[in-house]
Amino acid sequence: MFPELGQVTLIIALLLSVLLAVVPLYGSLTNRDSLQAFARPLTAGQFVFIAIAFGILTRAFLIDDFSVAYVANQSNSLMPWYYKFSAVWGGHEGSLLLWILMLSGWTLAVATFSRRLPSVMVSQVLSVMGMVAVGFLLFILMTSNPFDRILPNVPADGADLNPLLQDFGLIIHPPMLYMGYVGFSVAFAFAIAALINGRLDAAWARWSRPWTSVAWGFLTIGIALGSWWAYYELGWGGWWFWDPVENASLLPWISGTALIHSLAVTEKRGVFKSWTVLLAILTFALSLLGAFLVRSGVITSVHSFASDPTRGAFLLGLLAVTVVVSLTLYAFRAPVVHTRATFGPLSREVFLPLNNVLLMAALLLVLVGTIFPLISDYFELGNISIGEPFFNLTFSPIAVAVGILLGVGIFSRWKKTDEGYLARKLIFPSIGSVVIAATVVLTMGTFDSPGFIGFLDDIQLWAFFGVLSASWVILATLQDLWTKSSSRHGRLHGLRRQSRSFYGMVLGHVGLAMVIAGATVVNNFGIERNVRMSPGDVAQVGDYQFSFASVGEREGPNFTALVARFDISRNGEPVATLYPERRRYVVQRNMMTEAGIDGGFLRDIFVAVAEPVDSNAWAVRLQYKPLVRWTWLGALVMAIGGFLAVSDRRYRIRDTATERKKASATPLPESRPAEAGV
Amino acid sequence: MKRILMFLPVLVAVAFGIFLYAGLGEDPQELESALIGKPVPAFELSALRNPDRILTPEVFRGQVSLLNVWGTWCPACRDEHDDLMWLAEDKNIPIIGLNYKDNRDAALRWLKDLGDPYQLNLFDPQGTLGFDLGVYGAPETYIIDKQGIVRYRHVGVVNPEVWEEKLEPVFRQYQEE
Repeated sequence: MFPELGQVTLIIALLLSVLLAVVPLYGSLTNRDSLQAFARPLTAGQFVFIAIAFGILTRAFLIDDFSVAYVANQSNSLMPWYYKFSAVWGGHEGSLLLWILMLSGWTLAVATFSRRLPSVMVSQVLSVMGMVAVGFLLFILMTSNPFDRILPNVPADGADLNPLLQDFGLIIHPPMLYMGYVGFSVAFAFAIAALINGRLDAAWARWSRPWTSVAWGFLTIGIALGSWWAYYELGWGGWWFWDPVENASLLPWISGTALIHSLAVTEKRGVFKSWTVLLAILTFALSLLGAFLVRSGVITSVHSFASDPTRGAFLLGLLAVTVVVSLTLYAFRAPVVHTRATFGPLSREVFLPLNNVLLMAALLLVLVGTIFPLISDYFELGNISIGEPFFNLTFSPIAVAVGILLGVGIFSRWKKTDEGYLARKLIFPSIGSVVIAATVVLTMGTFDSPGFIGFLDDIQLWAFFGVLSASWVILATLQDLWTKSSSRHGRLHGLRRQSRSFYGMVLGHVGLAMVIAGATVVNNFGIERNVRMSPGDVAQVGDYQFSFASVGEREGPNFTALVARFDISRNGEPVATLYPERRRYVVQRNMMTEAGIDGGFLRDIFVAVAEPVDSNAWAVRLQYKPLVRWTWLGALVMAIGGFLAVSDRRYRIRDTATERKKASATPLPESRPAEAGV
Repeated sequence: MKRILMFLPVLVAVAFGIFLYAGLGEDPQELESALIGKPVPAFELSALRNPDRILTPEVFRGQVSLLNVWGTWCPACRDEHDDLMWLAEDKNIPIIGLNYKDNRDAALRWLKDLGDPYQLNLFDPQGTLGFDLGVYGAPETYIIDKQGIVRYRHVGVVNPEVWEEKLEPVFRQYQEE
């Protein structure tokens, strides 16, 4: 009874979404307030019915209702309740329902926090979000109904959730990621609404900014969680695989990062409007493209849901309609007249678009790398395979360049920056970062050929530039903070005077530097050994001794495990004892490797036991991974920066009257560097 | 004039869309595998028919065989199935299946309904071996020699023409070694 009710609520939600997509928009175009007034109630109704559907599916999981096909495929009565709960979004149908729940949640949030916006804008934004909801609700109802029943032969028990996904990481990774993907629909809706009513101005950019930053923050956390999960759960010790699905989440992230910076220029200086609006459309389109790549089977990956061409075709259609309609609208409505350039060659208005150029290069690179199999097939280029080496080779220079440019850009000012001033500011970061990079490479690197030749060896050179770029960003940021916080009333007062969006920027940049530093150091100075070991054996990895002490067994809730014990010591001093496992899941009969990890701020020690090679010997993977945690911590710091920027006062004190005044007045007062937080 | 430039994004997007559409459901042919000349990656997977039996790359030792990647969710695998039956029954070619990202019950039902051309099947619901092999999309077929070394990769459906023109020469060559 309940599952059928779930389907009915989804149909009602669809009807409400159709109304939301049409009525307020029509009202705004014909100036009928009575019709526009429907926007908020319809948004609320849509959210409520989708939430009920989600609740019903969750209930089916928690009470083990295996008559529902999706539950029978994803769950099992032996699973602990929290995995039953997260299994709701463990497969295609449920994750799609979660996606829609979040979309309606974001729509509701826009309806709630937009009381001060002009009603025309609100109606149009909500209508556009309603259109997106219509597309996804049709998708779920037509191709991926989570409430389908297996009748009359109801299975006695479920097939169990894929053991890889029975993990805390999975409970929160997809929701975070989807919050990001779906969140970009708000920036998209604002862009479309602005194109429809022609209000593409600084006020529009200001309204879009907080939504974009929040979505970006969630996406950042989502990607980092995915990477962390792959690191400890897949048992390989890698933290980024350039897997198509990872790339699919990286694409909107890069584009969203560009959007955040471009929105800043549009808000502060009223320029690059057309580019910003195009980025908003692109970012959302890339989120949809990500969904398409994962679910269509066009490209396979570890993450792929069982592929289904019908779903792929539907999603491609949805993507096509979204992109073609919005870009056609863009072609007709986006302003072509460029605001006359009133900024010098070293101004912030130049540095921020330069950052966008680099980010677009990175985006293109990842996109081409991801769909390269399709390209080579299409143009019959033949036997070229592309993978990790391609990405590492091409991505590193861009990441380094982004860091260097960022360090310079921090000191630039709106309109015009004095060259001498800029050069003076850069003295300290230049010297400091060269010293740090040289120190790190010389102490951590191993040189086959001694001295200068060894230093020039390719890998060491990239390690040097990576560390240089990261320390350059951090030193420049610190110096900027130091300069801006000088105050007659003392340093503390100076620090307190800075806005939250400025601190958001600082954290965003420091986080990025941490990611660059972590990635560079772990990729260049990490050590990995695959050895065959029996209990009693000792292996040396860098400075560390890994001693395989013993093997035992353990019973888990739905698995049995072989547990190895490893004593790790460094130059004779005990460091840690690790218990890597090989788990055998009872229902699905899968073997899973559970790595033993001793984590630390500066390094991780990683032990994974793979297949037995003999009756009492195993293939063992031993790793020393310096700074690996910085990649995730850095992402977290960035995301916190994004959230902090949103809490800035200026987003809360919003008065439509001043917004309008600001929008009509083109020459904005020159911002002092202190409030030029981006 | 500048307005015309604004149509550039939509044109690029349409071109890209046509391109993606062409990729949908199409099988990319003949992608060289980085694994050619290397042993089958290490794995430990349960047998499809007998979950208690753990299979390792040892299953490839001692005979030249085909490794066929398939799943019940893959329509092209359905097309290919009759030809695999023909290979197994008329030509006596040993085929080892890799049941990829699939559901055990569905896979067993499929083999019961359509016949079973496989000597045995590796059950790989997570696609871990598929990932290590670099599987691009099912179906894919590999030729594995007597030492368990990957010798050839064919992406897409195997039919009598593909067999005679591409796979059989390689297969016979390694059989004679």
